[in-house]
Amino acid sequence: MRYTPNSGDVVTSMLHSIGLSRPEELFSDIPDEIKLNRPLELQPGMSELALRRELKKLADLNADGQNYPCFLGAGCYDHYIPAAVEQLSARAEFYTAYTPYQPEISQGILQSIFEYQSLICRLTGMDVANASVYDGGSALGEACKMAWEQSKRRRIILPPTLNPDYAEIATTYSIVNEMKMYLLPDNGSGVIDLKALEAAADDSTAAVVVQYPNFFGHLEDIAAIEKIAHRGKGLLIMVVDPIALACLKTPGAWGADIAVGDGQPLGNPMSFGGPHLGFMAVTNKLMRKVPGRLVGQTTDHQGRRAFVLTLQAREQHIRREKANSNICSNQALNALTAAMYMAMVGPEGLAAVARRSHEMAVYAAGAMRKAGLKLRYDQPFFREFAVEVNEPGTVNQYLLQNGIIGGYELNGALLFAFTEKRTKAEIDELVDLLGGVANA
Amino acid sequence: MPELLFEKGVKGSNAFTLPPSELPADTGEFSLPAEHLRDLPPAIPELSEVEVVRHYMGLSHLAYGVDDGMYPLGSCTMKYNPKINEWAARLPGFADIHPLQPENSVQGAMAMLYELEGMLNEIGGMDRFTLQPAAGAHGEFVGIRIIRAYHMHRDDDKRTVILVPDSAHGTNPATASAAGFKMVEVKSDPLGMVDMDDLKHKLNDEVAGLMLTNPNTLGLFEKNIVEIARLVHEAGGLLYYDGANLNAVMGVSRPGDMGFDIVHYNLHKTFATPHGGGGPGSGPVGVKAFLADFLPRPTVELGEDGKYFFDYDHPLSIGKVKSFYGNFGVMVKAYAYIKALGAEGIKDACVQAVLNANYLRHHLADTYDIPYNVLCKHEFVATARRQLEESHISTMDIAKRLIDYGYHPPTVYFPLIVKEAMMLEPTETESRERLDEFIAVMKNIAREAKETPDIVHAAPTRTIIGRVDEVTAARHPVLSYQEEKQA
Repeated sequence: MRYTPNSGDVVTSMLHSIGLSRPEELFSDIPDEIKLNRPLELQPGMSELALRRELKKLADLNADGQNYPCFLGAGCYDHYIPAAVEQLSARAEFYTAYTPYQPEISQGILQSIFEYQSLICRLTGMDVANASVYDGGSALGEACKMAWEQSKRRRIILPPTLNPDYAEIATTYSIVNEMKMYLLPDNGSGVIDLKALEAAADDSTAAVVVQYPNFFGHLEDIAAIEKIAHRGKGLLIMVVDPIALACLKTPGAWGADIAVGDGQPLGNPMSFGGPHLGFMAVTNKLMRKVPGRLVGQTTDHQGRRAFVLTLQAREQHIRREKANSNICSNQALNALTAAMYMAMVGPEGLAAVARRSHEMAVYAAGAMRKAGLKLRYDQPFFREFAVEVNEPGTVNQYLLQNGIIGGYELNGALLFAFTEKRTKAEIDELVDLLGGVANA
Repeated sequence: MPELLFEKGVKGSNAFTLPPSELPADTGEFSLPAEHLRDLPPAIPELSEVEVVRHYMGLSHLAYGVDDGMYPLGSCTMKYNPKINEWAARLPGFADIHPLQPENSVQGAMAMLYELEGMLNEIGGMDRFTLQPAAGAHGEFVGIRIIRAYHMHRDDDKRTVILVPDSAHGTNPATASAAGFKMVEVKSDPLGMVDMDDLKHKLNDEVAGLMLTNPNTLGLFEKNIVEIARLVHEAGGLLYYDGANLNAVMGVSRPGDMGFDIVHYNLHKTFATPHGGGGPGSGPVGVKAFLADFLPRPTVELGEDGKYFFDYDHPLSIGKVKSFYGNFGVMVKAYAYIKALGAEGIKDACVQAVLNANYLRHHLADTYDIPYNVLCKHEFVATARRQLEESHISTMDIAKRLIDYGYHPPTVYFPLIVKEAMMLEPTETESRERLDEFIAVMKNIAREAKETPDIVHAAPTRTIIGRVDEVTAARHPVLSYQEEKQA
């Protein structure tokens, strides 16, 4: 295939029109010693038909969620995506557009982002949301940098109940020699050890990070954690699950300064881990410290309502080395998809998805207990919990052989996630299979 | 302007439902403690499906993509995004798989990642790639963290400076800062190239590396690149390639052969994946073998048993920058693009991109000021200097008038080293007919600037809104919908 419309004859005549005769002359400014004097070692091009066959063949080698019920979560969830969301997000006007730097021909994109920001504010109870960052983990990395920037303090406290990927990403994001990531000790309870937190949260603490529900699905004692975080004048950063927020008290209501999370569960396919979106919402006080793009409402010269990228003096294309962040491209299309999803399911629908996911998990936990399996923690959970098994990897292989995608492998346990897409029959089968092998 | 979602809400109109619960009573009960529950459901508007569909259809009509028309946006490589790639990324075997599934259940996805890495290595003349970064700036961050890790590993801890040319994209200096370095600017010479004297003057044992875009943001190939690489390496620094402009050289010259140690590509530019209205992108980072140990983990490897596996055992890795393996769905599209084009097609795309840029430059040179009017690569910079002097018509005016004629404007007021800059990159997917039309429109606007400048000043007038009040937007920010703020 080629996607260049000009034929060889046209190319030749265009070359002539600019005073050249051969294509090679277009590269006469490149020194010969660094020219590639051979064809690239790539296969020959393919027709669309052949390509389609090959891509389908590769895709078919994977055990996809349409044929294998998926009980994995750990930061990526198999929720139902309404058909309208799939089709609307595939509109080429949206996906082939560039960043809306020219507001007059980009009002559709700008308004959709403004609506996304507004929906995230309502979901999180925060004042200001940005137009998205790469994913939940990088959102946490940016949030920690904001806390350092705001407080001029070095210590960031990360709990052992935080998604381990997020902890690693936040650490990679931290500015070496300026920020110190402090990992709280794990007391094995499945929630933050408040005494340890109290001891760790000193005057040098820029922020306390808490995940809610946490990595193991549990609900942390946010009221107590908020007091500890703010007592020393540090910030409270909450990592939240957007589906759970349909039921749970919001970061805003808990008194968080920054709320971040991964918006994938809102209508975006799992897609082997990306593209997803990181959402980020803050209090008014932190508005000018937020990284990334922000869309604001204004008027045009005739007084008509209009939307425009704003507060750009925070960003790299204006501030260069003094910018809040180096982020440029974000996850706009995924944010648009998340907004479409929220609009499609509505407030009741989102709450129904959250409740059903939770109820599925509660049912599964009960059935597993009945089958003689032991839950690792004795804590209330939202839609994920850990079950003890002797050899998690072996158990997952056994489940796979039986047509099931199992759980996230912990040391001596599997962390299972449940969504509204799972059925009672699927859960019953999972429990049956587990009952047979968990302690073998 | 259309109403906002929030203004269209009608209580009770949303009909989304789940199947009736099959869970037996008393077994699947809601059991979250009351103190954790929110008082009111989130204030998301209630809309029927048809209203949601019409809302977003309406917004799509107010957006402009490559599928709507020519998008000569310099440095952004707004080429056509083939439809087969969109189809592929949506296949259940790619879209509907969880990133943490057992490796033997996702061998197709892993084979794709492995093969894509190989193709990116070959195109760039590099040894290993990470596909994890989600965008170009994310890739830059990885690259500069690798530079830091390399020097620290050699106990060379005095290297605190990253050099960046004054013509660079804003992400370069911002990345240097975000990775904890001090940024020092290198000047451009009168020909638009890196000023060799200034570079020599600024190279010392505190320099960790130099970030360079080649061709640079003026669309000019840095002809001294071999000498630049030698100087940077002699000073103990590393050379970083910002791949924003890779489309200008792919298949013809490779950054690895130019002497670059680290590169990032923008799959959403060079490899035809769509920009999505601002993202998602994908910014893979490639390195020479001596830096491979520092790449983010995991890497994808092919075992002796013919099975692909994720290798997390990289003790010198800078760590993860993103959950899982990067923007996989974007990679599927880039993979399909490279497979479709093959070796010949990749080079042909480059040749035609450069030809189209030079064709535009040649035919606009008598109408617009082109400060570096020499053979360019995939883009060039024109200015409104003549129009400004003669009729007070600025680059912004011309950009807005282009909108009236149905075009997306070029990148404006960048690079910063050229006043009234218009950076034009037509890409290889525009036909001669479309280029000729664009040239005619540009000439027409220049004529309007002389004869009827008021029309150009007032542009755009054929859009749903005119020029917006950006000052008020920034002084009194309204960043989310609030009932009382609406007229």
